Amino acid sequence: MSMTSHPKPDKTGASHTDSESIDRYEIRLSGSGGQGLILAGVMLAEAVATVDGKNCVQTQSYGPEARGGASRADVVISSGEIYYPKPMQLDLLLALSQEACDNYYRDLKENGLLIVDSHLVTQVPTTRWIGIPFSQLARHEIGNTMVANVISLGAICAISGVVSEAGLIEVVKRRAPRGTEEKNLAALQLGLTEGKKAKDRIRS
Amino acid sequence: MAENIRLMQGNEAVAEGAMIGGLRFFGGYPITPSTEIAEILARRLPKVGGKFIQMEDEIASVAAIIGASLTGSKSMTATSGPGFSLMVEGIGYAYMAEVPTVIVNVQRGGPSTGLPTKVSQSDTMQARWGTHGDYIAIVLAPQSVRETLDLTVRAMNLAEVYRTPVTLLTDEVLGHMREKVTIPEEGELEIINRQKPDVPASWYKHFEITPNFKSPMASFGDGYRFHVTGLTHDEEGFPTNKSVEILAKLTKLRNKIMRYLDDICQIETDGMEDAHVAVYAYGIVARAARQAVQMARARRMKVGQIRPITIWPSHDKKYREIFSSKNLEAVIVAELNQGQLVYEVQRLVPKHVEVISLNRFDSELITPAQILNKIKEVR
Repeated sequence: MSMTSHPKPDKTGASHTDSESIDRYEIRLSGSGGQGLILAGVMLAEAVATVDGKNCVQTQSYGPEARGGASRADVVISSGEIYYPKPMQLDLLLALSQEACDNYYRDLKENGLLIVDSHLVTQVPTTRWIGIPFSQLARHEIGNTMVANVISLGAICAISGVVSEAGLIEVVKRRAPRGTEEKNLAALQLGLTEGKKAKDRIRS
Repeated sequence: MAENIRLMQGNEAVAEGAMIGGLRFFGGYPITPSTEIAEILARRLPKVGGKFIQMEDEIASVAAIIGASLTGSKSMTATSGPGFSLMVEGIGYAYMAEVPTVIVNVQRGGPSTGLPTKVSQSDTMQARWGTHGDYIAIVLAPQSVRETLDLTVRAMNLAEVYRTPVTLLTDEVLGHMREKVTIPEEGELEIINRQKPDVPASWYKHFEITPNFKSPMASFGDGYRFHVTGLTHDEEGFPTNKSVEILAKLTKLRNKIMRYLDDICQIETDGMEDAHVAVYAYGIVARAARQAVQMARARRMKVGQIRPITIWPSHDKKYREIFSSKNLEAVIVAELNQGQLVYEVQRLVPKHVEVISLNRFDSELITPAQILNKIKEVR
């Protein structure tokens, strides 16, 4: 099995200036129940742990919230040992609903990276954010709204570099329900492309 | 990457450890947040010739594992607080009848049915004192997914060696969180099986009082005759009212564990040599403590950490040594309850050492920042 090298999270997303969080990268995937965010969190963590070979802890908000209200999965990544298993200050927040954006924006560290579904989140509480219409892309480009979660994983990969493309491809193949592999891989590619575009927009 | 690296949930690690440790019987009743353990073992046990039974409730579950263990099968059940409350009667029976059993309690918020999906450490004292009568409990508390696997195997080993129920105390966060785990290679973890008798059947005493307090254990069906009861009994297992035999039995039950504290009790310490302040935490909270201690050290504060892995029984002598560290002024005891193990610390620290309780019971984890703030207050 080959190790795919990939860049460290760049300045767009992660500020590694805080001495307490060196080499610790915290991600929250948030939205509504049913958007597949827990599964996305598991896939992200599995790619990091089993393909990229870094340490990784995935936790989730679990309970009444999982039934329709706000839903979230947290992933902490480090090449060193991970002590505290939950996020302390997010490096990256993905918000696929206005409510999730409102609730969790305050957990994002200064200069942290906010990625929102630009169709579903209309009131963004900062000027530093990246908007990609994940749900619209899923419906119109792939033909299935269920894959918005995988598109967002592709975008996170392209923008933050915290997980490898090879890792996500392998895990999407492994985890996608039988018969949906192609759609999910197409969704991942779409996310990667959209993520790269969004990143270029920031650079220019 | 090697095949043996997996992203694994804490509850999955219990099941994995159980299979590695040689589990052959699981009797249980599903309850959040422990259910994954039963689900996985229901699939895996039949494949190795083991048995899985979903019982009608937790009282029956603990009874089933006691019965299965008496036939020679390594046996386990898994539950959470409300189920554990029902099991304590059976745990007392297993202790009295000296039956190796493992009970996993994936703690959630209490009291009563409490908070099914939220983390807690509020069964810490129940695990020690839940059953009636004088009783020495063995209770282990892991802090990570891999350690959950290791301590499941260890719980089974201790149950077999000491012929006693052993409780593995985890919690909702640990049970459900996924973490990168290297699955141990075959033979990497020590697996211990109970000692069987090597005497003729007519000489066999199921509860023999031996010089080392360990009695070999025959299984039902092996051809050895013995009687099993929760009543105080003689060496053959028949009820007794003779004070000499009562004293001998109850002393044996105590000594067979308390004489082996060095083997049973695992305590991890870090940075205690020059520590002015120590953070004492077990289970999932030890992870926040570790993070906080790192932060404090980065600020040049002399802070150490104490992590009981075996939370019961208490190795008093070892703790007294640790708490006698020459610069130690205060111990912060962080727990996800209203203060339980803190009393053990208070009992064992030298008079000049202050004990500070840091408690959280709003269903959220104690954060490293909370512990760090407490450390700053002390200094």
